Amino acid sequence: MSELFNLEVINPEKSFLAKDDVREVVVPAFEGEMGILKDHISIISFLKPGIMRVLTANSEEKYYIEDGILEFKDNSLSILTSSVIRYNEIDRVYIEKSIQEAEENLSKEDINDQQKFLISQKIDTLKSIIVN
Amino acid sequence: MATLDDLKKRITSVKSTQKITKAMKMVAAAKLRRAQENAERGRPYSEKMNNIILNLSNNISDKENTPKLLSGTGEEKIYLCVVLTSDRGLCGGFNTNIIKKAKAYFQRIIDDGKTLKIITVGSKGYDQLKRAYKDNIVEKLSFKDSKTINYLDAEKVGKMIIENFEKKEFDICTIFYNKFKNVITQIPQEQQIIPLKSSEIENNSPDDNYEFEPDEDEILNNLLPKNISTQIFKAMLENSASEQGSRMSAMDNATRNAGEMVDRLTIEYNRSRQAAITKELIEIISGAESL
Repeated sequence: MSELFNLEVINPEKSFLAKDDVREVVVPAFEGEMGILKDHISIISFLKPGIMRVLTANSEEKYYIEDGILEFKDNSLSILTSSVIRYNEIDRVYIEKSIQEAEENLSKEDINDQQKFLISQKIDTLKSIIVN
Repeated sequence: MATLDDLKKRITSVKSTQKITKAMKMVAAAKLRRAQENAERGRPYSEKMNNIILNLSNNISDKENTPKLLSGTGEEKIYLCVVLTSDRGLCGGFNTNIIKKAKAYFQRIIDDGKTLKIITVGSKGYDQLKRAYKDNIVEKLSFKDSKTINYLDAEKVGKMIIENFEKKEFDICTIFYNKFKNVITQIPQEQQIIPLKSSEIENNSPDDNYEFEPDEDEILNNLLPKNISTQIFKAMLENSASEQGSRMSAMDNATRNAGEMVDRLTIEYNRSRQAAITKELIEIISGAESL
């Protein structure tokens, strides 16, 4: 029996990625990293900034994802995100700019705890990318 | 009667106008293809988003505490209308159709004694509305500088709407745009985005029991603001395809009309030239006869 399922990553402009031979997807869900395998129960969740790993039958790909909604149903996983970038295509300038922006946002006073958490997650992830 | 020289000048000028409209038509056709592709590629996102929201709102546990973006403020006093138009003219009835639709809606609101606030996106809409509704326009936006429709622009509009909503500046928000059906037909649309129309929610029964992480309310709170931006983005995409389509058919008509005009003027030119020749001949002949 095959252990594979479908994955579609959609951003507002287009369908960013579509695969039908995915073995496992690890996403940065709001309440922690979450691995999704075939026959997972139907679930809706939302994502925090982080790295998404897509494991297909014989390869592994990484993406940096800024936010998004995840829906898994009948063995197809859809991820709606406004910002997704292939891990090895991110350039340093972009990261540094994003970190700067995020830090500015963090210092504002009118944000709530949840926003604070999301922004600091973003900074941590981006910094870890730079180190590597 | 116009002299031969005048006619000649007019023919040349109409011909050069025809060249321009023809070129504009070609450009619009090329842009239309791209805009249409963009609109189609953007569709899955907004459809999926809608689906998830439908599922969520059906599954919501605490009916009392539904987010205000979904259920409304409970009042219907202040209406916010977002009118999306183009930044450029020469596109037939494109802008006029949206404005006409919007104005009818405005009139209804004012007749009901409600407060009206307007946000215009695109400079043409502002130009047309400023005369009659100057005091109602709270904000005018224009994305002239962005070459393509991008999500960031839509997000800006969305964020602004939500900020205003949280400040309780309005109760109901409606957007106006042209839906692209095909090159010759664009349908002006009014779509209520806050609160989300309940009819759309009801005709879809919950098909699945989802597991939610974190709970429904939290996801919904996170998702609804995004949905606003998404809806605006969708409207912008539809609008840009409609604009190009409308411009293409308008320019096609203009080219054809110019062609007809050139034909007519040429006939007139030839006739009067012939008349002048005949007149000269008669003068010569009668001059010769009298000798």
